[in-house]
Amino acid sequence: MTNTPLPSAMSGTLTAPAAGGFWHILGRRKSASKPPEDTSAKRVQFNSPLLPYLFLAPQMAIIFIFFYWPSVQAIQSSFYLEDPFGFGSTFVGMANYTDVLKSGEYLGIARFTAVFTALVTFFSLAIGLLLAVKADGVIRGNATYKTLLIWVYAIAPPVAGLMGMMMFDQHIGPLVKFAAFFGWDIKVGLDYSDTAFAMIVVSVWKQIPYNFIFFLSGLQGIPVSVREAALMDCRSGFRRFWTVILPLLAPTGFFLLIINTTYALFDTFGVIDVMVKDKAANNPITLVYKVYMDGFRGNDLGGSSAQSVILMIIVFVLTIFQFRFIERRVHYS
Amino acid sequence: MIRKFTMTGLALVFSATSSFAATNITWWHGMAGRNGEVINEVATKFNASQTACALTPVSKGTYEEALASGIAAFRSGEQPNILQVFDAGAATIINAKGAVIPAEDLINNAGYKFDREAFIDGVRYFYADSEGKFVGMPFNSSAPIMYINDEALKKAGVEAPKTWEEFEAIAPKLKEAGFIPLVQSQLTWQFTENFFSRNNIQFATNNNGYDSVVDTQLKVTDPNLIMMFDKLKAWKDEGYFGFYGAGWNDNQKMFEENKAALWIGSSGSFGGLQKTAQMPFSATFLPYWGSIKGAGTSSFIGGAALFAMSGKSEEENKCVADFFQFLTSPEVQKFYHQATGYVAITKAAYELAKAEGYYNEKPAAEVGIKQLLLPAGEWSKGYRLGFYPQIREIMEREYGRIFAGEVSVKDAFETIEKEGNELLARFAKTAG
Repeated sequence: MTNTPLPSAMSGTLTAPAAGGFWHILGRRKSASKPPEDTSAKRVQFNSPLLPYLFLAPQMAIIFIFFYWPSVQAIQSSFYLEDPFGFGSTFVGMANYTDVLKSGEYLGIARFTAVFTALVTFFSLAIGLLLAVKADGVIRGNATYKTLLIWVYAIAPPVAGLMGMMMFDQHIGPLVKFAAFFGWDIKVGLDYSDTAFAMIVVSVWKQIPYNFIFFLSGLQGIPVSVREAALMDCRSGFRRFWTVILPLLAPTGFFLLIINTTYALFDTFGVIDVMVKDKAANNPITLVYKVYMDGFRGNDLGGSSAQSVILMIIVFVLTIFQFRFIERRVHYS
Repeated sequence: MIRKFTMTGLALVFSATSSFAATNITWWHGMAGRNGEVINEVATKFNASQTACALTPVSKGTYEEALASGIAAFRSGEQPNILQVFDAGAATIINAKGAVIPAEDLINNAGYKFDREAFIDGVRYFYADSEGKFVGMPFNSSAPIMYINDEALKKAGVEAPKTWEEFEAIAPKLKEAGFIPLVQSQLTWQFTENFFSRNNIQFATNNNGYDSVVDTQLKVTDPNLIMMFDKLKAWKDEGYFGFYGAGWNDNQKMFEENKAALWIGSSGSFGGLQKTAQMPFSATFLPYWGSIKGAGTSSFIGGAALFAMSGKSEEENKCVADFFQFLTSPEVQKFYHQATGYVAITKAAYELAKAEGYYNEKPAAEVGIKQLLLPAGEWSKGYRLGFYPQIREIMEREYGRIFAGEVSVKDAFETIEKEGNELLARFAKTAG
């Protein structure tokens, strides 16, 4: 790409390394708390002190080129008002930030993004978990069930958006006809809440298989002896699930919470782009789509950079919050 | 340092080969499908017509994507020779002084004689500066026109309307005959920008933005424009107007499927519509209000223009000038006009197509040109507004709200004016 700083915030590369970094910290913290003889037995020593850095170099180079460098550029250009072709740029201090934060439209989009992220995360986690628990209980033909549930994950977001758009098409959409049967006149593209509904449905549908895979493997990691012990102590299946299985799934759930939050914030871009068909009009959009509209459609680089910095801060704060407050309640066995 | 070496190396290679190889020039555009193929055909024709230059067209996706790619490329010094920029993006590139060589200068420098009079009136001002000098070379030009479902009008026993008053009178009959009387495809272009041109009303201060970027303000709270949208909303509520969102095709579909009687489309829709429409159709001018004094003037051109990017060698610029000359020759214009449905931009090409009897065969193809040839009013020459693609987005949002019944027409236009003026002020700062 060129020296425009925006794509980093757009594509989700922003969040992936950030999340990766946190996992790294987490890993270190965990190993430090382990008994010393355990770590020394597993530690691998390199012959040359430079070798580990050499192995690390490609990853660091990628993080630097695709994350740190564009981020620094985005921060820099967020303080300027710039002619798109790069002829004149005026230092405006915090003006880009205050303009954005004072704009009623931007705050409306931020509100929608919060609701959208919460709903998509909740429903994709809940349905993924439900399906995983049910599939885990199936004995005959379980491979078929699992494959059927997983394969949606192979669909790329724009394709998912296209399929969703077909299902919700004003003129030919089967789901629109189905809803009309119950007297609900869905108008995707015309009605704000109908479009929001369709976006959430498609985004959740797209993410369920991912959560399903992780929850299922989490469930299969729970020892049979624990389940049998629980079975003897408690007759209620729901209560067993709630007090025994779910706490044991907490590490998986926590990991998925972070992944799903960033998915809803960033990776749904493709779904939204296809569903609003390049014309947002009065349809709901998320913050990352607004960055794209202002930066790539409107050519307002300063304003768009300020927005992507705001997004970076949001993700940063959100991740810290999740690790400080939620992770404390997670037990790693 | 490395760059310097590479450049020297390249220079050596080029000087060694330039004695027998053609000069390569590139053209980035935002057209796909059939229109993209026609661009390739035009390039092939140009390359076959001479040996000094070799033109390579590259599709960059949509208009917006082409502009964004062009900007990004320019910033890193990799710009193409020719960039296609659409009407709403014109201010962005024209106000970036130094990004382009004005087409008129380029052609005159190459030893040709540039003749402004050769172009039809409707296209002469839109991509020109306030003195009338051509900055962009008009390329694919279109006008918003009204397509008529002949069967529907016959069934209702009415004539196609020239004014909105006439439409109001026939709408109940069309509805009774079982048709949606009116649909459109782009409220910004057809009912806002070209509302100002067809009814000859000022769109923005500073001579519609041509004179200066400083303190340019929208005039969209004009009572006539508010009246137009009040009417549209009332027509929608009574079932005289169908609105299917901001997407072009969702609206066009109703006409193609013989469900709507009248559709405001583009003169460039003609080619596609011939294949998709399920009934016979014809076309006429975009209606205006008979009640507005001085209305009925020509419309703005839509579509896009070609810009010669700066920072290229003399040789390459000469090739671009050669290509622009080739492109405006009557034969090539006529070919492009007939292959795509976009209007012919020179008088000679129009005369040539007329002499051939093309319009006797396809009268709908002539409507766009005729509308652009109507007498120009003071305010029908064009507009030059910065960040205009974003202003259009604000309009689309507010129009959606109007038809969803969330906001009154007056409040919507007050919001558009307020937010639009903020964007214009921002743009003035970037250009300053």
